[in-house]
Amino acid sequence: MSAPSVELVKLSRSFGGVAALDGLDLTVEPGTLTCLLGPSGCGKTTALRIIAGLEHSDGGEVRVAGQDVARIPANKRDMGMVFQSYSLFPNLDARDNVAFGLRMRGWNAAKRRERAGELLELVGLSAHTDKYTHQMSGGQQQRVALARALAIEPRVLLLDEPLSALDAVVRVQLREEIRSLQTRLGITTVFVTHDQEEALSVSDQVAVMRAGRLEQCAAPAEVYAGPATAFVAEFIGTMNRLPGTLSADGQTVEVAGRRLVVRQGGTEAGPRSGGEVTVLIRPEAVRLEPAEDGTATVRQAGFRGPITRITAVLPDGTEVLSDVPSASAAELVPGRAAALVLDDAPVMVA
Amino acid sequence: MTASAPADVPAGVGEPAPAAAASRLRPAGVRAGRGRAGSARRTRRTRPADLLGLAPFAAYVAVFLGAPAYAVITAAFKDDSGNATLANVTTTLKDPYRHAFFVSIELSVLSAVLGAVLGLALAIAVSGAKRDGFVHRAVTTASGVLAYFGGLPLAFVFLATLGPQGLVTKWLNSAGYNLTQHGFVLWNMAGLVLVYLYFQIPLMLLVIFPALDGLRPQWEEAARSLGASRWQYWLRVGGPLLAPPFLGALLLLFANAFAAYATAYALSTGSVPLVPIQIGSVMSGNVLAGQENIGNALGLWMIVVVGLVVVAYTLLQRRTARWLR
Amino acid sequence: MTALISDSPAVQSPATAGPGRTQRRRPRAGRAVLLLLFAAYFFIPLYAAVDFTLGGSRRNMGHTLSVWTGLVHQEGFTTNLMTSLKIAGGTVLLLLVLMVPTMAWLHLRLPHLRRVVEGVCLLPMAIPAVVIANGILGAFKSWPQAITGSSWILILEYVILALPFTYRSLDAGLSAIPLTTMVEAARSLGASWPTTLWRVVVPNIRTSVASAGILGAALALGEFTIANLLLLNTFPIWTDQAGQQDGEVATTASMLILFLSWLLLMLVSQLGRGRAGKKSPKLRRNK
Repeated sequence: MSAPSVELVKLSRSFGGVAALDGLDLTVEPGTLTCLLGPSGCGKTTALRIIAGLEHSDGGEVRVAGQDVARIPANKRDMGMVFQSYSLFPNLDARDNVAFGLRMRGWNAAKRRERAGELLELVGLSAHTDKYTHQMSGGQQQRVALARALAIEPRVLLLDEPLSALDAVVRVQLREEIRSLQTRLGITTVFVTHDQEEALSVSDQVAVMRAGRLEQCAAPAEVYAGPATAFVAEFIGTMNRLPGTLSADGQTVEVAGRRLVVRQGGTEAGPRSGGEVTVLIRPEAVRLEPAEDGTATVRQAGFRGPITRITAVLPDGTEVLSDVPSASAAELVPGRAAALVLDDAPVMVA
Repeated sequence: MTASAPADVPAGVGEPAPAAAASRLRPAGVRAGRGRAGSARRTRRTRPADLLGLAPFAAYVAVFLGAPAYAVITAAFKDDSGNATLANVTTTLKDPYRHAFFVSIELSVLSAVLGAVLGLALAIAVSGAKRDGFVHRAVTTASGVLAYFGGLPLAFVFLATLGPQGLVTKWLNSAGYNLTQHGFVLWNMAGLVLVYLYFQIPLMLLVIFPALDGLRPQWEEAARSLGASRWQYWLRVGGPLLAPPFLGALLLLFANAFAAYATAYALSTGSVPLVPIQIGSVMSGNVLAGQENIGNALGLWMIVVVGLVVVAYTLLQRRTARWLR
Repeated sequence: MTALISDSPAVQSPATAGPGRTQRRRPRAGRAVLLLLFAAYFFIPLYAAVDFTLGGSRRNMGHTLSVWTGLVHQEGFTTNLMTSLKIAGGTVLLLLVLMVPTMAWLHLRLPHLRRVVEGVCLLPMAIPAVVIANGILGAFKSWPQAITGSSWILILEYVILALPFTYRSLDAGLSAIPLTTMVEAARSLGASWPTTLWRVVVPNIRTSVASAGILGAALALGEFTIANLLLLNTFPIWTDQAGQQDGEVATTASMLILFLSWLLLMLVSQLGRGRAGKKSPKLRRNK
């Protein structure tokens, strides 16, 4: 059976008068991984739980392979779910945990053992089959949880912030394993996270959410380089906010002594003809060059390995962040004057 | 704050975080403990002098608990002149004492089993209600009060209810149902069990609530997402996880009933022989000459029975503490 | 397992057949009946007792407060009540003075002995009060009457009886705070041990200390077994003796004890709720 698509159509859900989801529309293509990304309370976990059948929706539909699943109870939806933490059954060892779903499906003991063994090997834990939850580290537990979800060959894989409770190093390692497993097995996957770096690195598409609504859904590169709204622009990566003046026709903006093209197509309504605006520019699109007559003054230089993040201040007090290759950052010490040079590329205005 | 497992350190090891922070305050000369196990190593080094800190406690318990217990145990093996003998112990193995033991055990088992089952049913019924809602809070407070409500007040309360002049007795009489004719009085086995349940059920609630709370919702949800029905979840996960605390509670209830004195004292007319009451009568002089230490022998047996039960309970607790915390 | 195919984005009816928790909720009728039955079992006797104390068993059907108001005038009421209150106070004091420093020291310096001490504190559960009473007669035969024949022996023994829940309460409280760090900080700032204990540790385990103390008081107020077997006079004993003559007085006095204990325990639960932060986070949903 080939992987199905998952569609959310105008999904809504309120809790005690507060709308956790407000008309969410989203499509996950078969075999791909979509991340639901957003700050706390944006509704991403609620959406996931509705897909799983653990919550009901107040409005809208969830369709798997085109069919509405509302009437199907959670235990019949054939979806594998990995929770944030503490979801392994403590009275069963790793192998029995992984085999649990198979047991529910009536597999006999020998077949269950075999398949569980295969999956534990897949996640690199064949040496831990007899261990119990309290004998495993957080990373190991989540690997077992993943194996358990995959054992039943689910149509859809759902992950609810599976890495948030883990250590930084384990987190990076495990997310890559999850991604490679997902592509290898070709399972349609929905991954909830609040960590934008995580989202950008594992997804085929990122759905940025805010207050129960979708802000933008696109491939990671596009979400980063071409954010649809100011919220997305500032949530993903870092953005400078520089004052600028919009031209009369709204096509260009004057900022920091340059005239740059304004990127159209944002969903924001805003002043489109003349007036003061805020220009959003990424630190890597801002260059600082030491210059005696430069208008900017370096305030701080933060070494980050390959690049150095320079914080500079403009005469009017605006702070500017610039990511500069460390090799060329030697002269940009606090107190030096520098000239601000912006890349000649379209920018967003807010 | 849930203590999430730190980087690949098995979740069971080591004392919680404060120990690591505390090591920063130690003078530089001291070798800091390796990682999180450092605190255990630190204290091991200072052990001998530190034990003195427990001396007052140890002395107090030794005198006020140890001495009486020792007295009872040794006196059980002595006759009235102080010579060693097994006579007291062997006498207690015969009737009427033997009979009393069986009756005591019967009462304890009945009230424990009924208390445990009914208590569990009530706990599950309540746990379905909203967590901080009225029902939940009312039941938790009430069980806290009633679990320790034993002794005299309980006896009087039930006398006022089902005693010869009791309110419910009168209600039943006016409905044409005479209790005594049907063989029910407060001081036979059925009556005592009914009365004992009044504190057994709340005690069960107190013990089982934390265990029920310890059943994380993620387990039920994970089971569901893997295809389990509610029944299958209870059979494979919920039940096995609750079984040890349930058994533990059962043991606790048994010990509680077995050791109860005051309620039985107030209610019994001698028709239901119970060991604690017998000890009481021996102590007040109701005993044959030459058998003054019978009370101690009986006490010895009580210690054995209740002691075994409490040990079993503690062992069970240890085993499951890991799972449901 | 039929699935609906719907084109229109019409509003989904959550309804009874919907997935999610609504589907699984047990029929509320059954639960309500169960709860009612239990409520009846627990409340009817209390009601009956209160009714009795209001004169419900007398021929004239009216309710009267005469027994309650007359209680104070009963011979021995005030003296014995005072005695019990003093015993309760003494028990709480001795209990806390003994156990708070001990538990703090245990957590601080001897954490690997926690299990041992816990076991010791559970011993009173394994040695029934009857047996302890019996043992006291034998073990303290040669002690001065001033102790064994007075309330003092009761205070001393009630502390023992209180050990199980005292340990549990103080242990929970001490485990929930960063004890080692706080004490080392205080000591490094120059505080002596007593000061550290009194000013740093105790204020941070206030709830546990209060719980232990209150439960100890409740125990001391209602304890009958040891007092009875040692032929001492306390309020519960008086209640029993009064009961030989006048059931109404006895029941009323018992209800008084019950009411007092209930008040004390309500206090404990109020304190417990005040520390709402202790509620385990596993009960909260993520977002």
